[in-house]
Amino acid sequence: MGEAIVITSGKGGVGKTTTSANLGTALALQGKKVCMVDTDIGLRNLDVVMGLENRIVYDLVDVAHGRCRLNQALIKDKRFEDLHLLPAAQTKDKDAVTPDTIRNIVLELKKEFEFVIIDCPAGIEQGFKNAVAGADKAIVVTTPENAAVRDADRIIGLLEKEQQIESPKLVINRIKASMIKKGEMLDIDEICSVLAIDLLGVVPDDELVIKAANSGEPTVMNPASRAALAYRNIARRIMGDTVPLMALEEKPSFFKKMKQFFGVG
Amino acid sequence: MSVVKHHVTIKGVKDGLVFILDDTCRLTDVLQELQHKLEKTHQRILSGPVVGVTIKLGTRRLNQAEKDQISELIMKRGNLKIHAFESEAAEPMLPLPALPDGIKILTGMVRSGQTVRHEGDLLLLGDINPGGSVLCTGDIYIMGSLRGMAHAGSDGNEQSVIAASHMRPTQLRIAGVYSRPPDEWGIDEAFMEFAYIKNGMMEIDKIHQIQRIRPDLGKD
Repeated sequence: MGEAIVITSGKGGVGKTTTSANLGTALALQGKKVCMVDTDIGLRNLDVVMGLENRIVYDLVDVAHGRCRLNQALIKDKRFEDLHLLPAAQTKDKDAVTPDTIRNIVLELKKEFEFVIIDCPAGIEQGFKNAVAGADKAIVVTTPENAAVRDADRIIGLLEKEQQIESPKLVINRIKASMIKKGEMLDIDEICSVLAIDLLGVVPDDELVIKAANSGEPTVMNPASRAALAYRNIARRIMGDTVPLMALEEKPSFFKKMKQFFGVG
Repeated sequence: MSVVKHHVTIKGVKDGLVFILDDTCRLTDVLQELQHKLEKTHQRILSGPVVGVTIKLGTRRLNQAEKDQISELIMKRGNLKIHAFESEAAEPMLPLPALPDGIKILTGMVRSGQTVRHEGDLLLLGDINPGGSVLCTGDIYIMGSLRGMAHAGSDGNEQSVIAASHMRPTQLRIAGVYSRPPDEWGIDEAFMEFAYIKNGMMEIDKIHQIQRIRPDLGKD
């Protein structure tokens, strides 16, 4: 029996889908059997980020309504044998499924996969309730902005009411070391002390993430990306390894060091 | 889904009945329930020949007048006779000043979107986050960070205070006085301070000043 992890945040645009795609891929990279489930019905994105949009035949709503078998709706990833995606429907809305049906689908998937990664829609309404219904664990994604932290706090409050979910873990996305240094951005300790949950990982802001998402190739595949390393570390922590937090600051290049030395940098 | 907690438990033992009175709630609640049980619900057990009764008070301490109150309630039945009052209040190392009646202790975080309401005084062991709020008819004491909203004396008691280990509230309210501390006080955050009302304005001061400013606090 595998475990189901819901990726949620409350606020939109903080990187739930990116985190889902990258953690799913990173776990598959470690040789795990992984299924990603997109529960953002009506605004599906995970398939686009994974570059699997053109392979969709059936979706989550079809499975929920019995129009196809679960296996028929699963899309196999183009890179990994053991990575699958259950896409959301684009034409329906979030009321097309109920928490009970999602719970059953996730339960079914857990029999076959070691990890079920559930991508949750933004907000705290029906879509959120659907997404958390089948989860055993939760990862709350936030960015170092007050609004995102506020919403994460709200979501944590709601997750704590869900009996079957373990205490949620935190991922802080899009950290800019240079801004924190100048005191312009909330720092990690501040966020952790407000939210008072365990920190699972910190992902630095990285332009390669956007580039990768647009090309349908998760960042985690690109070893040159700093965000990729962060996601791989998070995946290892999910698997139970102890991995220290990586240093946030980029090492200055040799050229930059020289410039600093001569006082022109 | 709430579990009703009984303040009065009645048990039969070899030589009569034992009344166990909860020691964590207010005495008035105990008396109320005792009366209810004696007069309404427990007729069958309580009628019959004369039975000896032992009253177990737990760690609660009662003065003579309060004991008389209980005796009177029980004697009303005619067939119940009080043997003894038993108190567990074994040997408190120090004669602790009794907590004011009805102070409620709560643990945990009050997160964004959550509201805690309480009639009386509240001691919170935890944080109040931005977007979370706590409303009390009495005082609010917080061992933790106050980053959200706290409203003390919510039914109009201007003597109420709000004290916190770490004060960085979005808003403070005491009775009908509202305040936005960071803007109005010119400070970002404060440690070990409390807020109170003086001449209709909200003021903040170090906690060690509390007994000078509110000398009656904690005394019944």
